[in-house]
Amino acid sequence: MEKPRSETGLAWQRFTSDRAALAALWVLGALYAAALLADVAAPYSLKDESREHPYCPPTAIHLLAPDGRLIGPHVRGMAMAYDTFRRRVYRATPEVYPLRFFGKGEPYRLLGFLPFDRHLFIVDAPGRVYLLGADSRGRDIFSRILHGARVSLTIGLFGVIISFGIGLLVGGIAGYWGGRVDDVLMRVCEMVMMVPGFYLLLALRAAVPDSLDPLQVYAAIIIILSFIGWAGLARVIRGMCLSLKERDYVLAARTMGLTDMEIIVRHVLPHTISYSLAAVTLAVPGYILGESALSLIGLGIQDPYASWGNMLAEAMSIVRIQFAPWILWPAFFIGITVLSFNVAGDALRDAWDPLLKGRGEST
Amino acid sequence: MAPYIFRRILTALLLLVVMSFVTFMLMRLTPGNFLDTLRLDPQISKDTLAYYGKLYQLDKPAWQQYLYWLAGLARGELGYSFYYNVPVVKILASRLGNTFILSLAAFLLTWAVAIPLGIWAALHRGGLRDRMIQFTAYAVLSLPGFFVAMVLLWGASVTGWLPLGGMESPGSADLPWFARAGDMLRHLVIPVTALSLGSIALLQKIMRGNMLEVLGRQYIFAARARGLPENRVIYGHALRNAINPMITLLGYEFSALLSGAALMEIVTSWPGLGSLMLTAVRSKDIYLVMASMMMGGVLFVAGNLLADIALAKADPRIRIR
Repeated sequence: MEKPRSETGLAWQRFTSDRAALAALWVLGALYAAALLADVAAPYSLKDESREHPYCPPTAIHLLAPDGRLIGPHVRGMAMAYDTFRRRVYRATPEVYPLRFFGKGEPYRLLGFLPFDRHLFIVDAPGRVYLLGADSRGRDIFSRILHGARVSLTIGLFGVIISFGIGLLVGGIAGYWGGRVDDVLMRVCEMVMMVPGFYLLLALRAAVPDSLDPLQVYAAIIIILSFIGWAGLARVIRGMCLSLKERDYVLAARTMGLTDMEIIVRHVLPHTISYSLAAVTLAVPGYILGESALSLIGLGIQDPYASWGNMLAEAMSIVRIQFAPWILWPAFFIGITVLSFNVAGDALRDAWDPLLKGRGEST
Repeated sequence: MAPYIFRRILTALLLLVVMSFVTFMLMRLTPGNFLDTLRLDPQISKDTLAYYGKLYQLDKPAWQQYLYWLAGLARGELGYSFYYNVPVVKILASRLGNTFILSLAAFLLTWAVAIPLGIWAALHRGGLRDRMIQFTAYAVLSLPGFFVAMVLLWGASVTGWLPLGGMESPGSADLPWFARAGDMLRHLVIPVTALSLGSIALLQKIMRGNMLEVLGRQYIFAARARGLPENRVIYGHALRNAINPMITLLGYEFSALLSGAALMEIVTSWPGLGSLMLTAVRSKDIYLVMASMMMGGVLFVAGNLLADIALAKADPRIRIR
């Protein structure tokens, strides 16, 4: 006889049969792994700059040496010059710098504690490898995207965890007790939701002194974004609790003499997990976009530290996009991340509740 | 209906007061105040500083300062901008108008495109065109709006078809009114497109969902069985019911656009409230921050209020609640 499957097992099966959702999961996994191992995966550190290579275009990876011999992957030297219109141009020089895989480079601490100096790929100085081009100070955009992923990707996770915690508490209490408590809490939620988000963001940021170190700014951004974001989640959870508390097993728990808090924590909230997992996944992009907007206008993570938002700050001047369009790469990574979270979130919702599929927003 | 509206207005006023109080306290939490900047300026005498200190009651506790500000607001005084060196009212009026123009244009474009697109997609459900629209909408929803604006500005700089940010061309003040309007329209294209794209993607999805749900109802079946022409079934019966829930979204949508407009203003250098607020926050210009926040809040609350009233008009059940 076939073993009966749990609800979670069935949902997981439905989720994994969705190819787009699986692809999104892989993309997210790869991005988070790259962020975790940024030191190894990136050829250069955050602060490594080269004054001779401002806005150097992406370096081509050649296989054949200038004389036609096959010598394996390498990059050529890049020499900067000015043309007759005083525009910066780069010419490839005949020098050859072979790509060394797992070669020695700048030392760092792997995962924050292991001293290490190998990089996934690197070229010998004075050669430079710019997979995605360089920024105004000759810093490698590819390396900075990987380092910046640590900020941009984790802000979404931490932000959502904090606001989900608040949302769970407020929504759970409001939905379970109902009546007066519900009324008051929901009015508070509505107020938070009614304040124009971006203005609130600016006002809250104004309250944070400028003299903070980068880690404190990072924490401040997370707290600010969660403060704005919790209300939406609280409302979702309240709605679920309202319908759940009418179920028979809650009545059973109450007749057995459990306290309200025990019922909320042990019987009502666990059943909201399935749906809230989808709601939370769909909420993450908001935090990523919020951070990038804040950093973009210079109120978030400060140079030399990288986040995808503050890397795009250079693109605020349109002239720079004209002669160095590769400074827009971080936006591509923001887009891919947000898209993956949206696809995964939608698939999660459909997996838990197949009846919803094809209706309303979950198409 | 009147008591309902009255109640909503009261709630809105309460919200504005709470909002202003929180903002004021937040601004007071920051170390230092605007006088510190003035103090560094050797041209400003000690007497002037003492005068300002007394005028804005900086020696009193924060809540008294807030009450003082609130009393000023009741008299129509919004305080003095220390960054621009003029009363706040003078800067605010034009900025408020500009933000309103931008949000309204984006709002109109969004609804004018999203509703027909949603209907059209629903009528061609599952077909190639529908799937293409839904796929594009999905991709657009994942793009940050400011990035769309950047790319459009880049395109404009390469082709030279559209102005690169701002609201007016230099010297346009001397032109006749229709030429000025045309000039402003050209400046509107990029921020409005970037602002509307995301909302269009979301709204057409919702409209499509509503339409599909209504089309599956029995009264549509009945209408078809009675032999009504298909156009009357769709536009006379289905559409009317499908569009009703959209009214709830009106207010939220306008509010969301207003909030999104702030960032768009900064990216495309549109001289509106959002960019003003950024300058004010950066220079710790407390009365300017307060005023921009309040104006943003008023626009926001007004949008929601109008939507509530529209909804109450359309759906009698709401009024009694």
